[in-house]
Amino acid sequence: MSILVNKNTKVVVQGITGREGLFHTAQMLEYGTRVVAGVRPGKGGEWVIEGKVPVFDTVSGALEATGANCAVIFVPARSAADAILEAGEAGIPLIVCISEGIPVQDMMRARLFLDQRGLKLVGPNCPGLLTPGETKVGIIPGHIARPGNVGIVSRSGTLTYEVIHALSEQGMGQSTCVGMGGDPVHGIGFLEALELFEGDPQTDKVVLIGEIGGNDEEKAAEFIADHMTKPVVAFIAGRTAPAGKRMGHAGAIIEGSSGSAADKTRALESVGVRIAAYPEEIPALLA
Amino acid sequence: MKLHEYQSKQIFADNGVPIPKGRVAATAAAAKEIAEELGGRVVIKAQVLVGGRGKAGGIRLVRSPSEAEEVATQLLSMQIKGLSVRRVLVDEAASIRTEIYLGIINDRQARRPVLVSSGEGGIDIEEVARTSPEKIVRVAIDPFLGLREYQSRGVAARIGLDRELWKAFTQIGLGLYGAYSRSDATLAEINPLVITQEGKLLALDGKMLIDDNAMFRHPDLAELRDMDEELPEETEARKYGLSYVKLDGQVGCMVNGAGLAMATMDIIRSCGGNPANFLDIGGGASSEKVAAALRIILADENVRAVLLNIFGGITRCDEVAHGILNALQGVPRPVPMVARLVGTNEEEGRRILSSAKMETALTLLEAARKAVALAQG
Repeated sequence: MSILVNKNTKVVVQGITGREGLFHTAQMLEYGTRVVAGVRPGKGGEWVIEGKVPVFDTVSGALEATGANCAVIFVPARSAADAILEAGEAGIPLIVCISEGIPVQDMMRARLFLDQRGLKLVGPNCPGLLTPGETKVGIIPGHIARPGNVGIVSRSGTLTYEVIHALSEQGMGQSTCVGMGGDPVHGIGFLEALELFEGDPQTDKVVLIGEIGGNDEEKAAEFIADHMTKPVVAFIAGRTAPAGKRMGHAGAIIEGSSGSAADKTRALESVGVRIAAYPEEIPALLA
Repeated sequence: MKLHEYQSKQIFADNGVPIPKGRVAATAAAAKEIAEELGGRVVIKAQVLVGGRGKAGGIRLVRSPSEAEEVATQLLSMQIKGLSVRRVLVDEAASIRTEIYLGIINDRQARRPVLVSSGEGGIDIEEVARTSPEKIVRVAIDPFLGLREYQSRGVAARIGLDRELWKAFTQIGLGLYGAYSRSDATLAEINPLVITQEGKLLALDGKMLIDDNAMFRHPDLAELRDMDEELPEETEARKYGLSYVKLDGQVGCMVNGAGLAMATMDIIRSCGGNPANFLDIGGGASSEKVAAALRIILADENVRAVLLNIFGGITRCDEVAHGILNALQGVPRPVPMVARLVGTNEEEGRRILSSAKMETALTLLEAARKAVALAQG
């Protein structure tokens, strides 16, 4: 078992003919992901990746022909919110948006649109999902991961890879890695991922990787106190970040008195979550 | 991106929000001229992108054009929180009866904009929210429907406004929302919105933050960016698609990924050093980007050592190493460097860098310790 995606997940890639889309589609296929279709308006009927993947003009066309049940978006930021809406309109139940730089007002509408249809979103501005040994939907490098019993949910990209790498080096495999993204308005967050991991028989332990900004970590702490029986280890990036400055991610900013790493650490520690001082310390805390 | 008060108020006015008569001036002579046009009794307001201008003496009431010239001269030569005052706004003075707060902010948790108001404006709204939350009225806005008239009117009633002002207040709420949504703002705030002695509502101050992600569809707003208000390194970084924040330590950092960049800063602190900056070079690590990043980091004279932390993943580390070596040729001054590369072909990457006499490290902890030692040595 795993959460959100597994070897049966049928993926349609939106923006498949772009540089990123093509490169990562090839990587996903190599990993074993069932990429069943791509979408690029105006290129319907073509085939890409040595004729392995058919291209459609619309998501609904791709869905009808292939029965895809997951979309991954590599569309440039200015059209990415529209790509989310198109996948939602077509009724794709799980939409993973890798694109970075979507205007936040667009995202508020896109998220609400999906919520009203009961569809799930991962991202945007995220590395996507990886269930080691089964499938990857997004850009997480597959070779650093091993199948196992640790669930990971993170607001970051390369920092997540760092943690996956550290776990694998210590022989600790992962059930599913969820890169929820660094935007202020995003899809699946800590709460949803923790709930899914709690219910997943393969997952025994969870790593939560947070950072400054917002209060997702504080809410996660409340959830952990009330609902989690599985142990959770956390790392919070940005202890040395100054207030009022955006640290790369659109959502990583200490605003007024809220969003500091110290507050998040305190909230998580108070419910029994062990906090790693640096990413490479995580395996020892999980053991 | 932050807008100046005069820019924000102009956008508010364009959306039907009443603002005082006034104009912005870059010289004392221009300020005097505007004061003459407005009849002499004016407020001169320093235009800098920081809060607390009033307390710092940056907002002054004057009674004549000659006093306006004198005060403008003073303000235009002062610094507020380290920022030089380059412009002043000269506004017709208003006689204030009551001060109200009115703002639209993005509520991250609710994932929608919220109209926030209080009958007790003019002061730090966060402070009011902490000490007397009951004095703050909040209305969530549906992102599809926008702010509706009944919601804006409802707020007028809930903050205890006299009925004869409801209509005007409602229009100001809708105008503010128009400014927020048309400009892709993440904050649009009037503080204070005053009731004058004549019983009129007037937006005396204005503040807007614009979503950097939405700049591509607002070329007009992009032109309003005040380059004088940011560090030249930050302007340079933006040009190369790098994300840079200057800090005050000695260990420069170059990292791919924002979360990992923050984690790298944190571990430098844990190892007894202090990070000199946040710098995310983003995906890939082309030699052009690495070179630009090194120039920006080394422009800071406090930097005594540089830590490069690249988690390649799919990126090939030997290519990254060659990129770093190419970039080093244009480095302005010699500074010890520690490189940590992880990913495909990482051994080859390390070998290439070692042959160039660069320190390398396997783990983040080892890299941070070495960099801190070099910075202190």
